[in-house]
Amino acid sequence: MPLKRTPLYPLHRQTGAQMVEFAGWELPVQFSGILEEHRAVRESAGLFDVSHLGRVYLRGPGAFELLQRAVTNDLTKARPGRAQYNLMCNEDGGIIDDLVVFHRSEEEYLVVPNAANIGVVLERLHGLVGQQRIEIEDRTMDTAMLAFQGPQAVSLITRLAPEEVAELPRFGCRDAEVLGNPVQFSRTGYTGEDGFELVMDSSIAETVWRAITGLGAKPCGLGARDTLRLEAAFPLYGNEIDTHTNPVEAGLEWAVALGKGDFVGREAILKQVESGSQRRLVCFRMTERAVPRSDYPILKDGREVGRVTSGNYSPTLRVDIGLGYVPVELATPDTELDILIRDKPARAQIVHRPFYKQVSSRK
Amino acid sequence: MNPPDYRYNKTHEWVRVEDGVASVGITAHAAEQLGDVVFVEMSAVGSRLKQFERLGVVESVKAVSDLYSPLSGLVTEINGALSERPELVNLSPYDQGWMVRIAPSDLSEIGNLLSSEKYEEMIGEES
Repeated sequence: MPLKRTPLYPLHRQTGAQMVEFAGWELPVQFSGILEEHRAVRESAGLFDVSHLGRVYLRGPGAFELLQRAVTNDLTKARPGRAQYNLMCNEDGGIIDDLVVFHRSEEEYLVVPNAANIGVVLERLHGLVGQQRIEIEDRTMDTAMLAFQGPQAVSLITRLAPEEVAELPRFGCRDAEVLGNPVQFSRTGYTGEDGFELVMDSSIAETVWRAITGLGAKPCGLGARDTLRLEAAFPLYGNEIDTHTNPVEAGLEWAVALGKGDFVGREAILKQVESGSQRRLVCFRMTERAVPRSDYPILKDGREVGRVTSGNYSPTLRVDIGLGYVPVELATPDTELDILIRDKPARAQIVHRPFYKQVSSRK
Repeated sequence: MNPPDYRYNKTHEWVRVEDGVASVGITAHAAEQLGDVVFVEMSAVGSRLKQFERLGVVESVKAVSDLYSPLSGLVTEINGALSERPELVNLSPYDQGWMVRIAPSDLSEIGNLLSSEKYEEMIGEES
């Protein structure tokens, strides 16, 4: 099967981006270098091509009810013009995707699943369609999505988009024009910085990308996307969460609204909340120089008690950090653990999440 | 591009012998493939290594990669600058980014390594 390419692929090749395969797509892993791109997002502004994420539109009077049953969070809290982080689960409470739902207008929603999970999400949505009138349109392949992130993103966007975009509250979304082209803006992101995500037709993707890099935004790839989200302690589907993890042990109970009514997985998640999960996702930092990586064993007093789910050097904190599951009785900050790295235990300590929180204030 | 007076391993290490001391590092090609280096872990001073034996590890943001010794001998020095500035491996892979110095036990082993042209050929075939 040939790899899928975003509308910006020719431009990325021209720019000399180093490409990599991810979830069936050929994407830039870095442009100028991961550390440099990471720092640009923390200090000024970076631009990511995230067109590999799914974009599924739901329209009609039945859209709200369908989504409310399909996802864990309470969509009555996401009025038109709001985005909301959500989980989609199986009946046993296992997570099949984490995704953002954009409530565009009264009867229109945009659902953005992870690239690898577009198929299962569509299957679930179609499976839940009952008598209501709903249109489900997968527009992944003819739209593009960009992420413009960093402390300067908000002030820079005013040169390209109307004031109302810069005034969007956190998780707000609205349509606006960029150089005469319609774009959906949302004050959302996966980096832990202020900024926007933009959804647009494929035909204008290059125009918008060039306009934003023209403002000084640094092109950034998947490498920096991962180091940034790790510092913000955001889960990555496939690492921290999958069909074998439930929202409680992953620390995502806040995205579950048990009181909203029935949804797929509610019973199982309720049981987990009541009995307490046996393990818990924690943030840890290495107290000696050593880089933790996915699947490395976590030890306590020489015994394996869990596994690292993600780990790397943190360019902002200048220390090695990671996420992993440990037994709930060990899951408290300051607990000391060892990470087995190439057959040698290296000392680590559990810390509060997140590792990094943006400095500037945001409405 | 690769220094002509150096010799190369198939696993992308280089060696330069001067006054009986062999300096070892990784090639520009390897550094580029790895991306930003964040940590270099080497066998301790005093370790005895055989040619092609594992010498240590290079951690980059993207991946961790094993290092193999181009020659047999005794580790006499480790580049301390790399603990503060691992990026020297990316910035100056053949010079300031050197990783260890070895007192070689058998210089004829150089014959088992690639010349600059052969190394170029090899990486040309890889791409």
